[in-house]
Amino acid sequence: MLRVCWKGANAAAQKCLCGKVAAHPLQHCRRYTSAGNSGSAAGKIVAASLLTVGGGLGGTILYAKWDPKFRANVEKNVPYSDQLFEMTLGPPPPPFIPLQKKPIKVEPLQISSVSEASKDSKQPKSKGKSKEKQSEPAPVEPKPVAEETPAQSQQTIEAEECHECASQEPTLKERPVEEVAARLAQQDRAEQEALTALSADLEEALGTSAKFTLQAIGAQEVALTAIGTHTLKLREAMDSEDPSDKKSSQWRELDDALSERTRSVDQAGQALLQAKEQLEKLRDLINSAKESKLESARPQILAAEENLHSMIVDLDKVVTKVQAAQSEAKIVSQYSELVNEARAQFQKELSSITPEVQANWKGLTGKLSVDDLNSLIAHAHRRIDQLNRELAEQRVREQIRIEAALDQQKHEHQRAMEQTMTTAIQHSREDMRLEQEKKVQEVREVMEAEMRTQLRRQAAAHTDHLRDVLKVQEQELKEEAQENLSIKMMELETNYRRQAQEQLDSFTLDVNSAYARLQGMEEAIDSHVVAEEEARKAHQLWLSVEALNYTLKTAAADTPTEPLEGAVHAIKESCADNEFAQALTTALPEESLTRGVYSEASLRARFYNVRRLARRVALIDETRNSLYQYFLSYLQSVLLFEKEQEAPPAKLAPQDLDTFKLLAYATYSIEHGDLELAAKLINQLRGESRRVAQDWLKEARLTLETKQVISLLSAYANAVGLGTTQAP
Amino acid sequence: MSEKEIGQKWDRCLADCAIKAGAGLGLGIVFSVVFFKRRTLPIAFGTGAGLGMAYSNCQNDLRSPYLLQRNTTKEQ
Repeated sequence: MLRVCWKGANAAAQKCLCGKVAAHPLQHCRRYTSAGNSGSAAGKIVAASLLTVGGGLGGTILYAKWDPKFRANVEKNVPYSDQLFEMTLGPPPPPFIPLQKKPIKVEPLQISSVSEASKDSKQPKSKGKSKEKQSEPAPVEPKPVAEETPAQSQQTIEAEECHECASQEPTLKERPVEEVAARLAQQDRAEQEALTALSADLEEALGTSAKFTLQAIGAQEVALTAIGTHTLKLREAMDSEDPSDKKSSQWRELDDALSERTRSVDQAGQALLQAKEQLEKLRDLINSAKESKLESARPQILAAEENLHSMIVDLDKVVTKVQAAQSEAKIVSQYSELVNEARAQFQKELSSITPEVQANWKGLTGKLSVDDLNSLIAHAHRRIDQLNRELAEQRVREQIRIEAALDQQKHEHQRAMEQTMTTAIQHSREDMRLEQEKKVQEVREVMEAEMRTQLRRQAAAHTDHLRDVLKVQEQELKEEAQENLSIKMMELETNYRRQAQEQLDSFTLDVNSAYARLQGMEEAIDSHVVAEEEARKAHQLWLSVEALNYTLKTAAADTPTEPLEGAVHAIKESCADNEFAQALTTALPEESLTRGVYSEASLRARFYNVRRLARRVALIDETRNSLYQYFLSYLQSVLLFEKEQEAPPAKLAPQDLDTFKLLAYATYSIEHGDLELAAKLINQLRGESRRVAQDWLKEARLTLETKQVISLLSAYANAVGLGTTQAP
Repeated sequence: MSEKEIGQKWDRCLADCAIKAGAGLGLGIVFSVVFFKRRTLPIAFGTGAGLGMAYSNCQNDLRSPYLLQRNTTKEQ
């Protein structure tokens, strides 16, 4: 059952697994296939997206290449696109500005009847000049056109600048004031310069043209007068019936006058041409000035134009006068020609009749015969008839001719009138134009003034507003600045105080430390001084103690030392303030001071003597002191044999108080240098032995005492000296 | 010097003995010659007296440090 269940469970599990496994591969397969499909689909999607993006970019770039506005837009909106565009397309194209002004049509210089005036004076030069003149208006036309284009280009540049600044506006909020001011100043300066140049040019041109015009006018008047004189002379010559020499002089004068006239007319013509040239130049200048559109130069231009006009008018007047004179002269010359012709004919006839008569027929009164005279008179009558006939004919013809001439004259008059009319119309037109321009100028000025006032008002309002705003801003900024300033100041002050305090503290610290060091140094020095003093004193003490010690050595064999007084005195002096030393020095026994002490060696030597004697009188004391006892003690000392030296015990027992024993101990001690012990032992002697050893004992005691004191002193001196010695 | 004292004393003693003995001898001789018909008695006697006096002097001299002096008894 369990197995069955187990199997069942296994089977179920396996089934499940298999099922799952069976299902999964399908799913996996499906997934694989779908993955494969999806893989290709993903690739397709990726490819498609790439294509769209690339296409979009390419399309944008191409369209930007074609349409700069679009390009500008894109550059404005998409950052870094301008770099892309620059990379692919190159820098952006310059902005396109349409022409703002039509070209001004320059009217060719219509100077009246230049050709006519030049024809009359028979000057091919003038004709050439007139041709030049006519060709000059042609170049005058292209000149203003050429001048226009720079003006246009200037305008375009200005417009471009404006467009640039307009395009720059999105990047710059506002052009900086200095730039604007600079630009304005620059423009003003340029204007000023141009104006000055223009005015200079105008003045110059005006001057030259006026000069030339005057010259021309003068020349024309001169020509006029010359023509007048010539005509007059001619008429006189014609009308007068003076004798031949006067006639010849008259003719000469006439020739002179003619030459004069021709010359003056030539000169007049030249001057006129020059004047015309100058006037044309002036006109060109005026036109160019007009083209330059300088507002401030307008009155000057107007004035120049007026001057030009007046000069032209004067010139025309003079020219008309000259022309009238010339026409009159022509008539007169024609008349003179006719007269001359008639005269010549008559002369011919006369010469044909009277061949021998030559020269002037007026001077023939005295030389002719009667026949001649009759023939002359007949001829004259015939001539008169002929002339009468001719006159009648002429009258008729004259009538016709007069009519024709009248017609012609009418035509001519009409033509002249037309011409004068046209010139007058032109003049009036010019006047009107000038007046119009003047009016325009005035109106413009007025408008300008009004505009200026309006602008000023606006500027005033603006400045007021600005002032208010500035005031408010100023206030705010002032407060802010004040606050900042106060904060900074406080900070700085606290900083400064802190730093000052720090410095002060450090300084005080330094000073204190220095002072302490100084104190320490002073103390050290004082202590040094004291120590040195001490050392000196110690040295002195030691020296004096050494001296004392030395004096001890001065003891000879049996004589005591020198009295120690000197040395002790020296010691006392050297250590006057040393209580210990003083005490010690006072502890010295008087005897040593006055008499000196015996040396140990002498005491030792003396001891043996004392010992012998003490041995001999060992038995003698208060009770036994007879001579017999003396003899007995002597016998004892001879007969008693004992050790000469015997080491003394640490403690003396009562049986050691025997003389001989004591002496033995003392000898031993003496031999071993222990004077003190010997003295102690000797002090135990009694009786006569004691009396015998009394002096020696005293001496020994003195010596011992002195030695003790001196040793103490020396030890003390050494100790003091050691104490004062300073360790390195 | 106390050790020399006893020697000095002994010197005195001897000198005194010699003197006294000599003097005694001399007196003895004299007396014997003069008075005592050359008996040796006075010589002996003089010499002996002399010696005896010297002996006692010596003894006194040697004893002198141990004797109580009159000053002390007087002071008492």
